[in-house]
Amino acid sequence: MDLNTITEVRRPSKADEVKKWEMGFAWLAGGTWLFSEPQVNTHTLIDLETLHWPSLTASAEGLEIAATCKVVELDKFTAPREWTSAPLFSECCHSFLASFKIWNEATVGGNLVMSLPAGPMISLTSALEGVCTLWPRNGEPRKMPVVDFITGNHKNALAPGELLRSIFLPAGALKKTYAFRRFTLTHLGRSEVLIIGTRCPTTKEILLTITASTLRPIQLRFQSSPTAEVVKSAIEKAAPIELYLEDTHGSPAHRQHLTYYFAEQIRRELTA
Amino acid sequence: MSYKINGKTFNQEPRPGQCLRTFARDLGWFGVKKGCDGGDCGACTVWLDGKPVHSCLVPAFRAKGREVTTIEGLACNGVLHPMQQAFLDAQAFQCGFCAAGMIMTSASLSDEDKKDLAFRLKGNLCRCTGYHAIEDALNGVASVEKDVAGKACGSSLQNPLAHSIVTGTARYTADVKMDGMLHLKVLRSPHAHAKLLAIRTEKAAAVPGVHAVFTWKDVPRRPYTSALHDDYRVDPDDTYILDNVARFVGQRIAAVAAESEGAAEEACRLIEVDYEVLPAVFDPEEAMLPGAPMLHHKEADSRIQRPEKNVFVQIESEYGNVAEGFKQADVTVERTFFSNKIQHAHLETHIAIASKSEDGRIHVRTSSQAPFQTKAKLAYLFGIYPEQIHVYAERVGGGFGGKQEMLCEELCVLALLKTGRPVKWEFTREEEFIGGVSRHPMKTSLKVGAKRDGTLTAIEIRVVSNTGAYGNHGGETLGASLGQSLQVYRCANMKGTGYAVYTNIVPSGAFRGYGSSQTAFAIESIMGDLARKLGMNLFELQRKNIVVPGDTPHSIWEGPSDVEMGSYGLDQCMDFVEKALASGRGSKKPEGNEWLEGRGHAIHMHDCIPPTEQRSEAHIKLRADGTYYLTNGVTEMGNGTITSMRQVAASILNTTAGRIEITIADTDRTAYDTGTFSSVGTSVSCKSVSLAAEILRDNLLKVASEFTSTPLEKCRLVDSEIQCGSRKVTLTELFASVPDARHRLEVMRKAYGSPRTTCFNVHGFRIAVHRVTGEIRILQSVHAADAGTILNPMQCRGQVEGAVAQGIGGSLFERMVFDANGKMINPTFRNYRISAFADIPRTEIFFADTYDAYGPLGAKSAGETPIIPVAPALGNALADATGVRFDSLPFSADRIFAQLAEAK
Repeated sequence: MDLNTITEVRRPSKADEVKKWEMGFAWLAGGTWLFSEPQVNTHTLIDLETLHWPSLTASAEGLEIAATCKVVELDKFTAPREWTSAPLFSECCHSFLASFKIWNEATVGGNLVMSLPAGPMISLTSALEGVCTLWPRNGEPRKMPVVDFITGNHKNALAPGELLRSIFLPAGALKKTYAFRRFTLTHLGRSEVLIIGTRCPTTKEILLTITASTLRPIQLRFQSSPTAEVVKSAIEKAAPIELYLEDTHGSPAHRQHLTYYFAEQIRRELTA
Repeated sequence: MSYKINGKTFNQEPRPGQCLRTFARDLGWFGVKKGCDGGDCGACTVWLDGKPVHSCLVPAFRAKGREVTTIEGLACNGVLHPMQQAFLDAQAFQCGFCAAGMIMTSASLSDEDKKDLAFRLKGNLCRCTGYHAIEDALNGVASVEKDVAGKACGSSLQNPLAHSIVTGTARYTADVKMDGMLHLKVLRSPHAHAKLLAIRTEKAAAVPGVHAVFTWKDVPRRPYTSALHDDYRVDPDDTYILDNVARFVGQRIAAVAAESEGAAEEACRLIEVDYEVLPAVFDPEEAMLPGAPMLHHKEADSRIQRPEKNVFVQIESEYGNVAEGFKQADVTVERTFFSNKIQHAHLETHIAIASKSEDGRIHVRTSSQAPFQTKAKLAYLFGIYPEQIHVYAERVGGGFGGKQEMLCEELCVLALLKTGRPVKWEFTREEEFIGGVSRHPMKTSLKVGAKRDGTLTAIEIRVVSNTGAYGNHGGETLGASLGQSLQVYRCANMKGTGYAVYTNIVPSGAFRGYGSSQTAFAIESIMGDLARKLGMNLFELQRKNIVVPGDTPHSIWEGPSDVEMGSYGLDQCMDFVEKALASGRGSKKPEGNEWLEGRGHAIHMHDCIPPTEQRSEAHIKLRADGTYYLTNGVTEMGNGTITSMRQVAASILNTTAGRIEITIADTDRTAYDTGTFSSVGTSVSCKSVSLAAEILRDNLLKVASEFTSTPLEKCRLVDSEIQCGSRKVTLTELFASVPDARHRLEVMRKAYGSPRTTCFNVHGFRIAVHRVTGEIRILQSVHAADAGTILNPMQCRGQVEGAVAQGIGGSLFERMVFDANGKMINPTFRNYRISAFADIPRTEIFFADTYDAYGPLGAKSAGETPIIPVAPALGNALADATGVRFDSLPFSADRIFAQLAEAK
């Protein structure tokens, strides 16, 4: 929709051209959320497109995903064969409520910065042990795991004006086996629960990442083959009922119920 | 660098925060539609460098130097793109508002992409079709039949506007440019109940570009109702154009007319209001209790029956003697049911543009289901002679009852009268939810008694309807809820009590199914309970009790009624559905013990015309070129009446539909029509056409007989000529030759909505239910309709498919949700989900073979009612699968899973 309060669009070629951050500024990535609601407190858009960050940089250490990487690029990415968890890229892209047309504009970083519980790029990058690189307006870049970056429903660790520059997925996580479960109230709708389990082929450690059902990602680590009770009580401890999201895409009780149900399925699948 | 749209270069610059959608429209590309403006519906889909995007989300400046293609740029040198042609051949649209975006998305798909349409089309919402015709288009299935003289009735002819719809040139309400047009925006109440102590508009008025600011002090203090009925007295006079009391979150408080939407919005934000917040009540039962906050302190002439109890209308009536009936019963069943508040979600939001011509007359271009009622209401509110007002609808993007309401025209006229400038007001999608109307949520308590053999002995019903803050349609929907869905059963004793109750929630209004859907959900569910208790099959129980030809149906009212079964196809419909469900067709239950399977169905009988006054008038004439010109006041919003009317006329005049030009929905150019709602498109509006066409045909033959001195019985009208004995006279020749008889070649007839015939619908489902997650999968969906003669099979199927899809959405997931302060928490399509392609199964559709005694050419209503049995059919299937009766809509997984623990 038209953002009628916007009076200026800046298109810098470097992020540090924007020195002084003011109230009313907003970084513009794909724009697919910014332009979907009135933004009456925003008057200036600062376009990230003109920074021309390379979208995907693969190396032996892992995959660097620029915040401005379009969802469609991630969906189409061809991963090295040894990255056994890479099919999750497409699984998670397909977990958007939004159409594939939106993927043509929406960015991975935008999804993280929006910090909605159902953000599938959050599910993906937190499950694959992603680490954010943040660029404060003043000061040195800082790094932070995705699971810590998201702090609540529509809340994250960004300071005013701070940029999410990229998300790095370490090769270790990309080489794990995985299990994926998701539920939506309507067909192809918004995730009510999205759980990803990964298993390290060498240590057999299981990493369970609960997203969509809870206000922020919950990540639980289990040595080798945990029992059903161990997994359930770990979830109980980490996610009391207050931590489950209530909105029109699912009730807290149902989300909790499904979280236990799918976590157990994942446990079985990964330990089979 | 400049902007390139459809190969043309533009040097204009967009505003900084402008999106591509409005920029393209500003440059004249009106094919780019606004359905939601938030990226959810896809109506604004365009291609950017060949890739489909939602143009409402694309910053316009990013299109610079890139190729933008809109629906208008898809055809090449006048030759339609194959996908446009496919949509035309499959008639993959009804109102057509989503078609441009749907085609732009579809045309971008590769053959590989088309294998997963559920995924590829999830970003394109259609509220009319139910997606079957769209799937057909993508699969290259053609449904349109050839327009053959004399064969119009019964042929699947295309919509006369079809070509303009697939090319993006059909003009919906917003698709005009007027010089000097102002834009209107409103400030809405943040409180569910509040008195306005003070309102300061100075800062708002000072915003550059603002021409006028209106508050309750600036409007005629005339109470009215926003509902559009011929007899305005069926609704209460409880509304002011702007009021000094807010009764729901979202009620408009002030209005601003400005040079731009942006200036009007800014001004609205600067209006300062001091509110005295009052206690609010949201539950209708609580609202009736002593001490509840009172919403309307109105006099008796407001027609509010009991303002002190927040009761607009209370109905109590008894047919027979229910107490006696229950004494005779061997078995009784009792339960209370709750239906949800759901939104029409027509893709074109409410919109009106008011302007003045040099002669001082007011012209209102609007998206309305009842232009004539709007005209009368505007005349009343502003004290203007009706002759001075012209209201018209060109192409309306869906209605479903939501536009049987005057919700925006009056503020446009108010601002026009003050400023002298054309004024446009277009609802946002959010406003549609928080400031439009929605379906009445009803609490329905039923008690039914029967003998051991299944014979019904008594039905007692109590309905509490939440009409919201205003009573528009509150009384009529309540009346319908106590009548229509009960009258299908012969039961000597029926008693009903109903209350239409004010609460501090966004007003309810007319919604497809109009009170009947809510009761049908309850009565058909409880009949399922009764069948189970009696150990009978539900079909068997129903067959024992349904009305049969020769019966005079009744519900709770004694006294005569003009409902008359002019045809009867309920038996056929039940047989179709029963056989189909037993056939084993459809999908198999998914593997695994967690999946339960069940079958269910529900029946409904519906009056094809409302009990309120309903009339329509058709004018038809022969023109010099030998073609016909037909006018009628009906509105076309995807209901297909414009197509049916041409078919009826063509059939009677033994010609092709193509020879009949038609003008509709215009208070200057067509005669009075009550409005297009309540299933009347065929039964009343088309009826006027059939009456007029018959007279014209007879007159043509008489004139030709006199002109050629041939006995009348030897004259025959054959397409464009009249065979008079051995001589042929073309209609052109006849017209030219009989100047003195021309007044006989132009006729008019009125149709009046009485007696009111009935139509029948039966829906059946076979479903699978996951006992852990609560997921419901529809394995088979079957619908049988008795619509009399099927004027246009493709169109009737489309109406059924669309209604069923709307019914499935309302039964499985649609729900307006409000917080504790009465604020709606999900006023967007991403949070208020309507059925998408993926949600809708293919429905097997059957039509009964009947001929109605009263309808035009034996036809009767087809479009409104298929929605009605959908919810109870699902409920009965769910009960069959699980052994648990679910009494509250919708059956979303998160609302049913807990009870599934008790599943058998």
